[in-house]
Amino acid sequence: MNKTLAILGWGTVAVLGAVAVGAVAVRRGEPINALWLVVAATCCYALGYRFYSKFIATRILALDGLRATPAERLENGRDFLVTNKWVVFGHHFAAIAGPGPLVGPVLAAQFGYLPGTMWVLAGAVFAGCVQDFVILLFSVRRDGKSLTEMAKDEIGRVGGFVAYVAVIAILIILLGVAALIVVNALKASPWGTFTIAMTMPIALLMGVYLRRIRPGKVLEVSALGFVLVLAAIWGGQYVSQNAALARMFTFSAPTLAILIMIYGFAASALPVWLLLAPRDYLSTFVKLGTIALLGVGIVALHPTLHMPALTRFVDGTGPVFAGKIFPFAFITIACGAISGFHALISSGTTPKLIARETETRMVGYGAMMCESAVAVMAIIAACVMQPGIYFAINSPAAIVGQAPATAAATISSWGFPVTAADMQALAHAVGEQTLYNRTGGAPAFAVGMAHIFSHSLGGETLMALWYHFAIMFEALFILTILDAGTRVARFMVQDALGHVYEPLGRTSWYPSILATSGLIVAAWGYFLWQGVKDPLGGINSLWPLFGIANQLLATVALCVATTIIIKTDRIKHRAKYAAVTLVPLAWLVAVTFTASWHKMFDPNPRVGFLAQARALSAGPATGVTGRLIFNNRLDAAVTGILVVMVTLVLVESLRQWWGILSGAREARVKESPFVRTRLVEEQG
Amino acid sequence: MKRVREGTRVFAATLFATLREIFDEAAYARFLSRAGTVSSRAEYAAFRREFEDAKVRRPKCC
Repeated sequence: MNKTLAILGWGTVAVLGAVAVGAVAVRRGEPINALWLVVAATCCYALGYRFYSKFIATRILALDGLRATPAERLENGRDFLVTNKWVVFGHHFAAIAGPGPLVGPVLAAQFGYLPGTMWVLAGAVFAGCVQDFVILLFSVRRDGKSLTEMAKDEIGRVGGFVAYVAVIAILIILLGVAALIVVNALKASPWGTFTIAMTMPIALLMGVYLRRIRPGKVLEVSALGFVLVLAAIWGGQYVSQNAALARMFTFSAPTLAILIMIYGFAASALPVWLLLAPRDYLSTFVKLGTIALLGVGIVALHPTLHMPALTRFVDGTGPVFAGKIFPFAFITIACGAISGFHALISSGTTPKLIARETETRMVGYGAMMCESAVAVMAIIAACVMQPGIYFAINSPAAIVGQAPATAAATISSWGFPVTAADMQALAHAVGEQTLYNRTGGAPAFAVGMAHIFSHSLGGETLMALWYHFAIMFEALFILTILDAGTRVARFMVQDALGHVYEPLGRTSWYPSILATSGLIVAAWGYFLWQGVKDPLGGINSLWPLFGIANQLLATVALCVATTIIIKTDRIKHRAKYAAVTLVPLAWLVAVTFTASWHKMFDPNPRVGFLAQARALSAGPATGVTGRLIFNNRLDAAVTGILVVMVTLVLVESLRQWWGILSGAREARVKESPFVRTRLVEEQG
Repeated sequence: MKRVREGTRVFAATLFATLREIFDEAAYARFLSRAGTVSSRAEYAAFRREFEDAKVRRPKCC
């Protein structure tokens, strides 16, 4: 009876999912309701979790509930700690959820809602969730080792070195791009700038409160900080309406870039308790609440998507970023489908908290499904806008023109009607002077989110408050990544420099702190400055570079996973089952290598870095031409170096696989020995 | 009704435990329990000293 009910239930989910995916995929020429996307996503995730992840868990990984995890064997009350699976799930999700699944899908919406939705669903179920799940489990079986350590142990020294360099490269490019998104969201916006500026004294106040007034009451102080941030958003409108105050908080993009670099340096060098930790708590508090609120808002409002399923820009001529749907849709959306960065979290804190191996499925596969659902929400937020408005916000001035009338006419000529009056009315409704050329994805997402929120709660009168709430939400946790990322990169560089000169490795030695903080800020600051000065808005060149770097790290993670599966002789049909990680690996290699080739050598100056450098050389020289040519050549070189390094890991992995499968090489995995858990006996 | 109440209680308790873990309150409670002391400015400062080096090395995702 139970089996019959299960078959009927799952059969219904499968049929419903097929109908919803079909509706999303084949509907043309008329708007579609966002609920179709919600239903399609829910059914795909449910089926993927129930069947695919179970297949991987039982047939390939053979999860063993009786095998003691490092949290049990090495429990020390600090890093290693047996923790409730739901608590680990929440902890893991809070660590993997960042701005990536919000920004990437918004940018990729220039192709229409269909490519992004399909990639987010298929990518998550067959690639991203699988990567997070298997890397988490393999780390659990290796005493919580990191990805770089596993790469060194299982593939060889080349694998470890490449993983290390890829992590540093991703961090630096990510920090540059993230800072650029904040700059583009806050330039000429006194309301937004005031709100974000206020988060800094609020964080300092929280730090002092935690340290001196109510030690350890983090939830309490985070709630207090949240109330103060809401007050700052409310107060921001008065700042924007007062001429003198508005002038004080109105900055150009270069000025904002310099301020953010100063902030990044200060946050990396100041005591953690004073600024970094309270900001991290505040941003996590806002992040978790807002994501939940957005999900409820979408279901409650179930808005209509005005963006077509596919736009004319699948041919590569898009204004938001240049490049054809393949491969660029697949590197633009990274975190919502598959993100190499997640492999660092799955082999970082999380494996040290897992109580039983069987829980890695829910934590690894399940948390990534939630991250993917956030990406679906971002697609919906971007596509509820009229396409003309979406393109007016996201297109750089160099493509659509500086004057409002010219920009509106250019965008309307593409078949997406918009008028200067529409844009003026929208800017007025959200309390901004203008919304043209707000590249980077954050302002477009904020407009979509404000639309959803204001229609669910508060009506049009609260549109401006919701918009600035959304800008604050994005900028807050992007800045948190900026300061945390600068510090993480600083520690990695200090660890490496410590081998050259021992005092440089000391994390408490101030000359080393200042030197390495300055080095990291200068590195990402250079990319930020490059983006600010780029006439194409910076996102056009920097976001693809970040996507390539992130997906190349996923390639390293999947190489590690495939190598371990092939080495594990207790897996029956291991060569066949290695396809579970090998197929996403092959796809990612195809995507990232094609994208890298285009970014380096494509003859179209809007796509290829070297072609852009040549076009600039051939054109009339201005004061910044030399710098722009150098930047394009530098970006091409960075892309080339990343590709060469990942090729080395691939070749090294292929040699391992061939040797093992042909019997020429001994298959020896470096797992911790089996120890029977005591938790089952204690419970039983 | 009793089952609903029990389910709600378990859900709220788990949610609160998750939040306490994410916001490091649970880590502080474990620190106090390990040291056998009660919360104070000095203990919190000691906790942060021990905890921060590991905490700030954790990458946060994009």
